[in-house]
Amino acid sequence: MDTSHQRALPTITVEPTSGFAAINLRELWHYRDLLFFLVWRDISVRYKQTVLGAVWVVLQPFLTMVIFTFIFGRLANMPSEGAPYPIFFFSALVPWQYFSSTLNNSANSLVNNANLISKVYFPRLLIPLSSLFPTLVDWAISFLVMLGLLFFYRFGLTWNALWLPAFLLLLMTTVLGVGLWFSALNIHYRDVRYVVPFITQFGMFVSPVVYPSSVLPERWRAVYAANPMVGVIEGFRWALLGKAALPGREIFISTAVALLLLLGGLFYFRRAERHFADIV
Amino acid sequence: MSETAIIVENLGKRYRIGARQERHDSFAEAFTSALLSPFRRLRNLRQPVPRDETLWALRNVSFQVEPGEVLGIIGRNGAGKSTLLKLLSRITEPTEGRIKMRGRLGSLLEVGTGFHPELTGRENVYLNGTILGMRRDEIDRKFDQIISFSGIEKFLDTPVKRYSSGMYVRLAFAVAAHLEPEILVVDEVLAVGDAEFQRKCLGKMGEVAREGRTILFVSHSMPAIKSLCTRAILLDHGQLLMDDEVEKVVTTYLKSEDAVKGDGSIPENAARINNGQGWLRRVGLYDGAAQAISQIFLGQDFCVSLIYDIKDLIEEAAVEVGISTLDGLRVATVCSLDDCGAPLKLAPGVHELRVAIEVTMLPGEYTLDVFLHNLSTNTTVDWVDRTFQFTALNLSEVGEDHYHWGRVRGFVRPKSSWQAPIVCNSSK
Repeated sequence: MDTSHQRALPTITVEPTSGFAAINLRELWHYRDLLFFLVWRDISVRYKQTVLGAVWVVLQPFLTMVIFTFIFGRLANMPSEGAPYPIFFFSALVPWQYFSSTLNNSANSLVNNANLISKVYFPRLLIPLSSLFPTLVDWAISFLVMLGLLFFYRFGLTWNALWLPAFLLLLMTTVLGVGLWFSALNIHYRDVRYVVPFITQFGMFVSPVVYPSSVLPERWRAVYAANPMVGVIEGFRWALLGKAALPGREIFISTAVALLLLLGGLFYFRRAERHFADIV
Repeated sequence: MSETAIIVENLGKRYRIGARQERHDSFAEAFTSALLSPFRRLRNLRQPVPRDETLWALRNVSFQVEPGEVLGIIGRNGAGKSTLLKLLSRITEPTEGRIKMRGRLGSLLEVGTGFHPELTGRENVYLNGTILGMRRDEIDRKFDQIISFSGIEKFLDTPVKRYSSGMYVRLAFAVAAHLEPEILVVDEVLAVGDAEFQRKCLGKMGEVAREGRTILFVSHSMPAIKSLCTRAILLDHGQLLMDDEVEKVVTTYLKSEDAVKGDGSIPENAARINNGQGWLRRVGLYDGAAQAISQIFLGQDFCVSLIYDIKDLIEEAAVEVGISTLDGLRVATVCSLDDCGAPLKLAPGVHELRVAIEVTMLPGEYTLDVFLHNLSTNTTVDWVDRTFQFTALNLSEVGEDHYHWGRVRGFVRPKSSWQAPIVCNSSK
């Protein structure tokens, strides 16, 4: 080894840390290829040994839409802000399905990758982070179904649609924030495994998925928007259907809550991370 | 000279060991306990951890490793070796102390970490490589080398779940071996794979060391430690007992493994399997004149004396004495039942059993394993390995019998008689 190489060697210090540790962005960047391969592993393994394969991605939301349209659109006569109920519902289902399946994956991500965590060092943050992306494929497919439905109902896209990437980002931020909390908590308390399905089922009814936010009394809307999925769904609906005015206040509150969740999640995760390998 | 590769200072790691678990004898008990457990868990959440529920897996460990050094880490199970490696590879954080390392550290704590059975060999090389800390272009560059080292070219695009375990390990090691870290941590990976592959791995590690990289090697195989390492550290109960040349450390370790004390007495707490009916108290070796010895001359007959303290009457007992090498390889066994010997009747009290053994041990170090069996109940009464260490010399007691070369392969010398050469065809 030549001396210039010697000098270039990084020095690593391993010490007990306490309190909140900052996020090592340089290290995360170094491991970006691992993020890629973790995502790619999950995508390529996902539909192996299923007969219908990726058809499920289309079938699942489509059937949900048919059933929910029948129950809430026809039987319950839910208002849909002037749009046909199927596309009203589907415009919320597009972000909601991503939320529920991604949250489920990310909450269990650390536990499912226990063998990696207890055997090799890498930034643990990559694990819940990587769970954001495989389901993005499903999201994109159901988004295409959405476009098909819009076309079927002769509902043209407006310029509002340009805001979609921003709302997608808000959606991912929300999932990551909640997912960081749950994935880290799951290491200690496997109760999370039972809490998450409850949240994804029950949460659908405290978010404007089958009904519009406008059914709520005006004074409760701001509190309602503390559920970050309210802002996300209203945003998606506004961007896709373009009818009502932008629900700016709700989106602002939801964004603030999502960011707080993410920051808190990051801190909690970094704090809990040092014991992952001992407990998992 | 270049700077120190690893500096470990006062390293310590404390684990919380779970509170003692109650045992449930019936399904009903286990069921009620499971029902009540939420309350117990909630109560435990508020209480601080009692001190007896924590364990220092490692404490006050300090040492340094220079670049290019191959350091062996020796110790029995639970001595803290794995904890040390986990701390070095940053899988878990120390409770106290610090480690300073120069350069990238690669760990082979378990080969094939992160291999996914559904993915092909090719895909797993990339996945495993990045998990170990390689960049994608780095893997691209080394891909051909990795594949040819593993020797699985033909199955590159087969899912690894269809691989034999040997192929799996070969591929996994190949990836890890090409990581090229400045510091490599290896833990018992050589326990898997066939002999030829093991040789290949050892060769690769030697090569890595010659390139000036630092290797930390943990193994229970003393021959492997001796052949690879220059220096070794000995851990025991989380403490660093010794840090010296590999030969000295290995010898100390093997001696500490012996159950016996200097005078041949065996403490009750020696590593043994015992059912309480009787205890082996002392082992001795005697020559034909009943003199206590610790080395035997080439071809000398010897006698093993066993002092047993019998607690319960054993109607039918059998005693077995094994001669093993220090590495634990059994080379000869005698038993009181040999040649239709009658079972022994052992009344409570202290007894001495003597057995004369006629065998010529080849030069080397050996140890005696002693086993007392209750034939009536078919149970092991007392079983102690490594009770008494002795040396077989390369020199007969009288006369000139000895080997003219330093090392003799094998362990025992059967009796042989050689006839004078007979002329088969006389050349004219």
